[in-house]
Amino acid sequence: MDVIEFREQLSVVIKKERIVEICRWLHDEPILGFNYLKDICGVDYLGKKPVRFEVVYTLYSMRYRYMLRLKAAVGEDEASIDSVVPVWIGANWHERECYDMYGIRFTGHPDLSRVLMPEDWEGHPLRKDYPERGPETQWQGFQEVLDKAQKFKGFSWQG
Amino acid sequence: MAGIEQPLQTKELTVSMGPQHPSTHGVLRLVLELDGETVVKCTPHVGYLHRGVEKLAEGMTYLQALPLSDRLDYISSMSNNVGYCLAVERLFGIEAPDRAKFIRTIVCEMTRISSHIIWVATHALDLGAMTVFLYSFREREWLLDLFEMLCGARMTVSYPRIGGVRNDVSQEFVDGLYKFTEEFPERIEEYETLIDQNRIWLGRTKGIGVISAEEAINWGLSGPVLRGSGVDYDIRKRFPYDAYDKVDFDVPVGKNGDVYDRYRCRMEELRQSIRIIKQCIERLPRGPVMTPDAPKFTLPPKERVLADMESLIHHFVLITKGPMAAPEGEIYVATEVPKGELGYYIVSDGTGKPYRMRVRAPSFVHVSLLPRLCEGGMVADVVANIGTIDIVLGECDR
Repeated sequence: MDVIEFREQLSVVIKKERIVEICRWLHDEPILGFNYLKDICGVDYLGKKPVRFEVVYTLYSMRYRYMLRLKAAVGEDEASIDSVVPVWIGANWHERECYDMYGIRFTGHPDLSRVLMPEDWEGHPLRKDYPERGPETQWQGFQEVLDKAQKFKGFSWQG
Repeated sequence: MAGIEQPLQTKELTVSMGPQHPSTHGVLRLVLELDGETVVKCTPHVGYLHRGVEKLAEGMTYLQALPLSDRLDYISSMSNNVGYCLAVERLFGIEAPDRAKFIRTIVCEMTRISSHIIWVATHALDLGAMTVFLYSFREREWLLDLFEMLCGARMTVSYPRIGGVRNDVSQEFVDGLYKFTEEFPERIEEYETLIDQNRIWLGRTKGIGVISAEEAINWGLSGPVLRGSGVDYDIRKRFPYDAYDKVDFDVPVGKNGDVYDRYRCRMEELRQSIRIIKQCIERLPRGPVMTPDAPKFTLPPKERVLADMESLIHHFVLITKGPMAAPEGEIYVATEVPKGELGYYIVSDGTGKPYRMRVRAPSFVHVSLLPRLCEGGMVADVVANIGTIDIVLGECDR
């Protein structure tokens, strides 16, 4: 376990296998009471760190007013981590977005599907090896939309 | 007449509401499964306005990424800018001068007023009260004119800068704003006389979309949606930024956590905002509006670039080499924007560009709450529930 302090903000690096156990303890322990999940996001450290991804949890304790950041390293080959939805239900969409943008799978998530990108999109946009100007090939769905627009161009209400 | 003998056939109906629908406040699509008039299942689909702001920011310098924040919540762009500037300032370890802090507080509260009145306008319109809409747009126009006087833009302002604000306020602006604060409380009463005791309004809002305090915290809600459930959580009080620790204001908190209580919270916040603005105008300190370190982060004013050697050099260096490199580290800075908690999580790898900029948008969390609010309720209340969480899809989809 690694503890980093920067500008009075505390980050704790933890093992990904124990994420739910640690979160459950932080949430339930009366002297901590981290009952508010501010944010979950992924970070891609391609070529910068030995383990490629990191999932970052920003927690807050309503009663004691502490803020804490948990960071769990997730490797590229087996990009998965346990879902914390059982602890904070608000984690649901944050985890979906993280999956959408980085391709990190959250095991035990009730509905792990893309949220911002179309369902049939290829690739995960926020990965560092994803081109900033978008992919070379056009998205399949775009052609479908154009075809549909062509088809309904001459639509008349009178039938 | 054989048909009458047959038993009534029932089936669940799937309705796609949006993305082009006036009451979804943007391009939100809800797929509703209905059993008669009861909503059995509600699935929100977002992403129609996804522009990849987080990805774009990774390729920009800290200075260039500022206008991206305008386009998140486009009806309260000023407070998004302030949130971004605070995050970058904290990362660099600099602070804006006192006068700039007060000006930022003023503009943040002006944004809160303009966002809340556009909310009450559209929310009331959705629920069938047209007059409020017309009244509140009159006041919103007044505020936008003041913004124009301040910085030349009405919507996407980009007025705050890293280390201060772009230009000082004029006396004309301060006078105009003071006049606004004198007159606006009467206007709030005007809106309230129209809907506060209105029987239809009460029927449509009381006891609808109830969410308890524990549940609201567990969902990670913020802003008036959380406070309507009785949780006293306001970042302006808990992590005071800018001049919020120097002014006196109350945080209105609801009790029942229904649509009506959230409406009351926002109306009270309007009054508190006026209080804050008044205090800020009265105590506005003298001095510079940019930190002395500013040349390292922000472009100097154009007229100085053309006349002064020093500014010309700074301008040249900033454009060609980019701003000073940020120290390596990561920072999460949250501000209380009209919609709730807007957080910027910036990871810096020691260069002039953010390695990762995450925007924690309140609307994104609030949209995920919609199934919880709508399921089991009536189809007519879906509109009330969308209105009450006060979403802007630009911020939700980023």
